Amino acid sequence: MSELNLPGTQVPDSRGYFGAYGGRFIPEALVAAVEQVAEEYEKAKADPAFAAELDALLKDYTGRPSPLTDVHRFSAEAGGARVLLKREDLNHTGSHKINNVLGQALLTRRMGKTRIIAETGAGQHGVATATACALFGFDCTIYMGEVDTQRQALNVARMRMLGAEVIPVKSGSRTLKDAINEAFRDWVANVDSTHYLFGTVAGPHPFPMMVRDFHRVIGIEARQQVLDRTGRLPDAVVACVGGGSNAMGIFHEFIPDAGVRLIGCEAAGDGADTPKHAATLTKGDPGVLHGSRTYVLQDEDGQTIESHSISAGLDYPGVGPEHAWLKDTGRAEYRPVTDRAAMEALRLLSRTEGIIPAIESAHALAGALELGRELGPEATILVSLSGRGDKDMHTAAEYFGLYDDAEGTN
Amino acid sequence: MADTKLTTALAAAKAEGRAALIGYLPAGFPTVDGGIAAINALIEGGCDVVEVGLPHSDPVLDGAVIQTADDIALRGGVKIKDVLRTVAEVAAAHPAVPVLVMTYWNPVDRYGVARFAADLAAAGGAGCILPDLPVEEAAEWRKAAGEHGLDTVFVVAPSSKDARLAEVTAAGSGFVYAAAVMGVTGTRSAVGNLAEDLVARTRATTALPVCVGLGVSNADQAAEVAAFADGVIVGSAFVKRLLDAADPEAGTAAVRALAADLATGVRRK
Repeated sequence: MSELNLPGTQVPDSRGYFGAYGGRFIPEALVAAVEQVAEEYEKAKADPAFAAELDALLKDYTGRPSPLTDVHRFSAEAGGARVLLKREDLNHTGSHKINNVLGQALLTRRMGKTRIIAETGAGQHGVATATACALFGFDCTIYMGEVDTQRQALNVARMRMLGAEVIPVKSGSRTLKDAINEAFRDWVANVDSTHYLFGTVAGPHPFPMMVRDFHRVIGIEARQQVLDRTGRLPDAVVACVGGGSNAMGIFHEFIPDAGVRLIGCEAAGDGADTPKHAATLTKGDPGVLHGSRTYVLQDEDGQTIESHSISAGLDYPGVGPEHAWLKDTGRAEYRPVTDRAAMEALRLLSRTEGIIPAIESAHALAGALELGRELGPEATILVSLSGRGDKDMHTAAEYFGLYDDAEGTN
Repeated sequence: MADTKLTTALAAAKAEGRAALIGYLPAGFPTVDGGIAAINALIEGGCDVVEVGLPHSDPVLDGAVIQTADDIALRGGVKIKDVLRTVAEVAAAHPAVPVLVMTYWNPVDRYGVARFAADLAAAGGAGCILPDLPVEEAAEWRKAAGEHGLDTVFVVAPSSKDARLAEVTAAGSGFVYAAAVMGVTGTRSAVGNLAEDLVARTRATTALPVCVGLGVSNADQAAEVAAFADGVIVGSAFVKRLLDAADPEAGTAAVRALAADLATGVRRK
């Protein structure tokens, strides 16, 4: 994690634009705070002590580098293509989210702030944030949609165990979008003491760039691991995309490798052509949501349309602006993956490899199964296994009928 | 700078030696026609300027009161065309009173920037307040607004540094909106001293009138703010009157009565 500088690609520009996407659409009350984050981040990037401290945390606290796992029995179901999993699920706290959280926690300390707020969908970002706040001694408040507090109850308990206050958000769709709204409202009122530790590559500049930079370690490690293991680059890199942080983290190092396909898997819920999905890049239109210009699920009046996904972490009607740019430039492809396909992939990886993935990550696995069947046995596919599935066992048990005396819904 | 309906109305209040009273209500709340009646009641009660809110699915700068009203309006099916009709009917009923639209940026972006400016001007609107559009992102809107004779009111905040205040006030027209509490919209029990300091710092950068919004809900607070500001902006207190009313007619009457009460506040010496 010692190289925070960009490789080759000169995005975003000084105003935070990735092509037509990004920018900073925020109220005046937040301008000073967001500028402070941007300035402090630039100073931190130039400070070897910052990189050294972050490197040490990633190694000794998170457990990096995360392994690369060959999944032979799973690969047999993916048309014989060689599937390699980048094991972000094995990080401390159980997902990739900790990479960004530790970086921003160090930044918070540099800014002299003592309180952190965050939004969370599946609870993985909330758990990682609560963890860092315990480690650094910050006050911590996590906003989580009421629907998500129910379907990810284990993570609510984890956050509270770590000393965080978890506030269920009852407005709007009561999911991730509304948790972000409520976190912004808190930030406007408490900006002097508080850093908003944004959890994905969305939001106003510099968050899309900064969160990506803190997750670049995923792709930097994985690219070298694949080269060492196979002697060549993969044919494709596959990751799930909600806001898109694990995907940007693993994609970024491969952007200059023109022969490597970058494939983001969006949550298609009941199907991208039904009213119930979260396939923002597939079905949305350019607009402004949560501080940046990007693709948004919206109606003809610019009102946000509620998203739907069995995965709380992908249930979001926006997406990071760099993904919008990668889509429009054609450098990355985005595919919809239904709830059903994701849950089948979750069960398949569990039973063929003894690895229970998060439902979010299962969308990427479903994408890899489809892609492997297209590309055949000569292909190598790198998949970001962004998180582990413990938190999803209630949802999975209901879905598959795993409780005694219960019938599954599917 | 040419006189507009907005600058004329604010100058008239100043000529009377008082602050202007600016009232806000969302369009479509409780219904489109009910909203028009309530906004007309703002003016009948004594507001010098009105702001028509464009309800939004994600009102991140608004507190619970306006969130609830926006939600009711959207569930009732309010569309941008209904907001424009609201502007048109209020402007037709009160030709001298400037009617502004207050909206989050995405609806304007989606509708089409030039199209929105043209349609708002055609409806008789006087300008826009765009609280999540900072000056750096506002070039396209300002061009369109200028072509259609619309004022663009920018917001300043207690956290705005002096150099920043100068940039923001230089970009705006009509007046400067001093959002003088750090937080979302909603009524407050005390005026606080952030507001007076912000007004003084803002005035040091501009000749535009400086109007203050900070959750004023009664005549005493209006008088207190009027003593140091060019205008007093009231929103949530009016919305709350409509939310609390037994029926729409009672709500409209309560809005008219509160406007009249606040109008005495801004005239207090």
